[in-house]
Amino acid sequence: MSSTDQALVFRAVERRRSAVAAFVRTLPPGVAVAALVIVLFVAAAAAPGHLQTHNPFRTDLYATLQPPSLAHLFGTDQSGRDLFSRVVEGTRQSLTIGIGATGLSLSIALLLGVTAGLAGGAVDAAISRFLEVLFAFPNLFLALLFVTVFAATPATLVIAVGIGTAPGYARMIRGQFLSVKRAGYVEAARTLGHSYGRVVRQHIFPNAMRPLVVMITLGLGQSIVWASGLAFLGLGVAPPSPEWGALLDAGRHYVTRAWWLEVMPGLAIIAFALSATVVSRHLQDRLEGRVHAG
Amino acid sequence: MPADGVPLLKVEDLRVSFGRDEPRGTVVKGVSFTLHPGRCLGIVGESGSGKSVTARSIVGLAGLGGFVHAKTIAFNGHSLIGQADRQWRRIRGRHIGYILQDALTSLDQLRSVGREVGEGLELHGVTRSAAERDARVVELLTSVGLPDPAIKARQLPSELSGGQRQRALIASALALDPELLIADEPTTALDVTVQAQVLDLLEQTKARGKALILISHDLAVVSRMADEVIVMCNGDVVEQGPAAEIFARPRHGYTRRLIDAIPSAHRRGSRLAPASAPRLRVAEEVRPEAVASGPLLEASGLVKRFRGPDKILRTAVAGVSFALAQGETLGIVGESGSGKSTVARIVMALEEPDEGYVRLNGLPWTGIAERERRARRRFIAMVYQDPLSSFDPRWTIERIIADAIPDTEAHRPGRVSELLNLVSLPASHRGRRALDLSGGQRQRVAVARAVASRPNVIVCDEPVSALDVSVQAQILDLLGDLKRELGVSYLFISHDLGVVHHVSDRVLVMSGGEVVESSEADDVFLAPRHPYSRTLLAAVPRLPIAPAA
Amino acid sequence: MSEPAITARQAPPWRRRTAAVLRRLLGAVAVFWAVATFTFCVQSLLPGDRAEMMLNVASGTLVQASKAELAAVNARYGFDQPLSVQYLRYIEALPRGDFGVSYQTHRPVRDMIAEQIRPTILLTASALVLAWVIAIVVTVTTAGRPGRLSRFIGGVQVATAVAPPYWIGTILLVVFAVRLRLFPVEGDNGLPGLVLPAAALAIPLSGFLGQVIREEFSRVLEQPFVTTARMRGMGDTGVRLRHVLRHAALPGVTLSGWAVGALFSGAAVIETVFARPGIGGLLVAATSSRDIPLVTGIIVASAGIYILANLLVDLAYPIIDPRLRAR
Repeated sequence: MSSTDQALVFRAVERRRSAVAAFVRTLPPGVAVAALVIVLFVAAAAAPGHLQTHNPFRTDLYATLQPPSLAHLFGTDQSGRDLFSRVVEGTRQSLTIGIGATGLSLSIALLLGVTAGLAGGAVDAAISRFLEVLFAFPNLFLALLFVTVFAATPATLVIAVGIGTAPGYARMIRGQFLSVKRAGYVEAARTLGHSYGRVVRQHIFPNAMRPLVVMITLGLGQSIVWASGLAFLGLGVAPPSPEWGALLDAGRHYVTRAWWLEVMPGLAIIAFALSATVVSRHLQDRLEGRVHAG
Repeated sequence: MPADGVPLLKVEDLRVSFGRDEPRGTVVKGVSFTLHPGRCLGIVGESGSGKSVTARSIVGLAGLGGFVHAKTIAFNGHSLIGQADRQWRRIRGRHIGYILQDALTSLDQLRSVGREVGEGLELHGVTRSAAERDARVVELLTSVGLPDPAIKARQLPSELSGGQRQRALIASALALDPELLIADEPTTALDVTVQAQVLDLLEQTKARGKALILISHDLAVVSRMADEVIVMCNGDVVEQGPAAEIFARPRHGYTRRLIDAIPSAHRRGSRLAPASAPRLRVAEEVRPEAVASGPLLEASGLVKRFRGPDKILRTAVAGVSFALAQGETLGIVGESGSGKSTVARIVMALEEPDEGYVRLNGLPWTGIAERERRARRRFIAMVYQDPLSSFDPRWTIERIIADAIPDTEAHRPGRVSELLNLVSLPASHRGRRALDLSGGQRQRVAVARAVASRPNVIVCDEPVSALDVSVQAQILDLLGDLKRELGVSYLFISHDLGVVHHVSDRVLVMSGGEVVESSEADDVFLAPRHPYSRTLLAAVPRLPIAPAA
Repeated sequence: MSEPAITARQAPPWRRRTAAVLRRLLGAVAVFWAVATFTFCVQSLLPGDRAEMMLNVASGTLVQASKAELAAVNARYGFDQPLSVQYLRYIEALPRGDFGVSYQTHRPVRDMIAEQIRPTILLTASALVLAWVIAIVVTVTTAGRPGRLSRFIGGVQVATAVAPPYWIGTILLVVFAVRLRLFPVEGDNGLPGLVLPAAALAIPLSGFLGQVIREEFSRVLEQPFVTTARMRGMGDTGVRLRHVLRHAALPGVTLSGWAVGALFSGAAVIETVFARPGIGGLLVAATSSRDIPLVTGIIVASAGIYILANLLVDLAYPIIDPRLRAR
């Protein structure tokens, strides 16, 4: 690579970096904090060792049920394990379940929603009816049905939460396709003599899929809340594991003596879900008013 | 009318600003006037001129974050400046009535017409019982000429026609017999015949000795009603004086331009915008291909029926036939529900007619498979009323225009710049998105897209209805230039008789899905034969001036 | 002026209304049937021998039953019949509310649900009402106003909407029942026992409803008819209560049908946390012990309640949106 090439690359990198900096600067403070929280959680999932203050599995019978302090940020549990390190350790499993459930949920939703939205007519009517039926099941109850049939494992948790949340997204995607299909620019493209395939490729698909990023972030937060709910009931990830819901389940029995066992993992769930919601709402605003996004 | 004594309303040096950004946030920059009972003040201006904010400041509702400064705002000799909200509320409705533009959105959709009209009576404690209020409401609805007032009072606003709704809204503003009535664009969304009725109603109110402030972008409407006129532009009063004088001898350049921009004030086909607008020069290769003799577009016996939400079949188009020759403009004029837009959609092959057919360039155009039509779609293009919705929001101007260039010539470099140049948009706009452009610029992009495929026929469906009159003039000039230079033919659809007369060679008048009159443009407008055409024409308000040469 | 010609005669309005209601009812029955079928299909995916499992559930231990024992159970419950026969029998029993017999208690599922459903309905209904009250009060007082307080309240609504009800429930339990001793810790102790569980369910829902109502509220505040009402001399508070609220409530009412499902989900966890009687806690227990008839029975019954709630919302909707009545 010649020096001019390197200079060009360098300049390109510089430009991208300044573009990122400019993007970050346009973020409202609340959104910036939320984005930072998500980055921290991802870091905790990727490399928990760097954030942990203690070994999350080492018991210490001389320091059981210690309240939060500088030594133990979130306090300790009944076996003297450091709760903060356990929450950090559980991040990976919680996020994995959340990502898996969201991925499954959105895959089902895309399959049903896109088919219904594009095909219309009898296909749309059939899929809409099917979604209506799935809607009739309370979210958690549908999940419980799957847990009953397939036994309580993390994989069942992913399937249960994924199927439970899919109808909502499917309905959103379908609606998105229907409204984009009616848009003036789709009709305008037809009058230009473009084939239906080209109109779908150029206009309908990209425009209908715009809220997908929003759905992913929103879905992540939601499915983590639901999956922890199941784990909290002891259906899914069993307590020795530091998954957030399992931590809550374990802490339930000591809650009158050690409030932090319940409060801290819950705060982690809320922090993640809230950050995901804040970021997704911001993304949505950007998508709708493209003016400021440039 | 004597102008002595204490004026009903006296405003001196009214300034309104939004936000702390003083110079830029100032939307009204010093308005002064006096108004006496039985007189009408007209405030004219284009969008963003500050005319509505001026009127709203008079009742203390300039809007969220608005700062109102004035030397005087005195009503009946009492100063309104610095009043508490409670005091304002005693004046609003009771002494000053206010009518907003769109009656459908200005009445609460979830409450009956009667409750909306009677709300003022209730608020100001005028009527003591519900029965008394209901009786008064029926009286009010009768006085504004609403048929079956007792039934209409129980109905929802959405169950009334546009004109009836506007009357009901006026009735609600007149409920407490206020001394001053402010009407902000009271007829803008209405058909001309309904507009005439509403203006009659306002005139009667004025004749009863009430003062009136009429705000409109439509000079002709203002000229019919106003005794005094204020012309506003970007928050400034550019001209103020007796109406007769202003319309006859406008002193300010802006007023002159506004009047000039009105199509009916001109010889048919002449240019409307000032001579400074650039004339077009067009290279040979962008002209449409020559076609065989005979009409370019031929429609015969078109019938289209639609099933409404209540499953009832309604006939939108009932037997429409016409032919469009090379280089000709055929105007279609009609009120809402006349079926003119359905005709446009059939011609664009977006709807199949139930009966009849359309032929394009001598070949069948309806009744064939879309697959066969696709390659020939480039010969016919469309310009919509709302260009923004017809552009993909993700796309740049360049991509929007390039997408319309047929694949066979898409490789020609500079084609997009050429087209932008053709519609007088700077080439620097090519990277922008439609959202960042003004209404007029968007419509120019739409025109550039329409001519990109070198069509023979361009269908224009209300192309200037959403534009200010000066921008409308520029777009009409552009369409005229393209016709002369490119030899395209237009099917030009509009509710505005002045606009249709100005651009068309021949005109169809549509009503209830049928063509009631069809002849040379001048014949329809100067000597209409069908009674409906005559009613339509008589309803159009006109400026009291001779057409400019 | 020129209305399009009407080419067909309209049926009288009352008849169209009745027809619409009947159609809606029929649709609800169809959805309920589909829900039952879907549940049947999922539970028939259960791996392993049904009779064996049932004996295990009933005895609570893992025992190797003899062939004869299994055959007796299979014959008694019809597990040896083809799936289609089992399905027909299941559907045929539904209208009678017959969901079979619990593996664990050998009592009819219908009786078990009937005993436990009252507290759950009481809990979810009071949570729904409470959520609406909180959402309306907060929205009417703060939405569409400039300033920090309004923005802060909006933020709080977003935060409460994502908070898991089971977590809120536990926190409320610790603070108000254990520490402050204001409410009973657990069990169905009448009204005082209802307050904390209902609040735990209502708080997240009020955040969710509040966001929806708030957004619509701000949008409607900008509408010309609101300005017109003010021009008639109505004050800001009057406009908010008499005009805007009704419009803003519409999307919230549409969501309330859906919210019944969310509340049932939440109730399952909350009943466990507060050790309250109810079908939610019953379902969780049945899930752990894999008591299939009880699980499917509760799920189908609550889906039925959901469908019924949505039907009621649909039929009641024209009361606050009279435009639908006029059609």
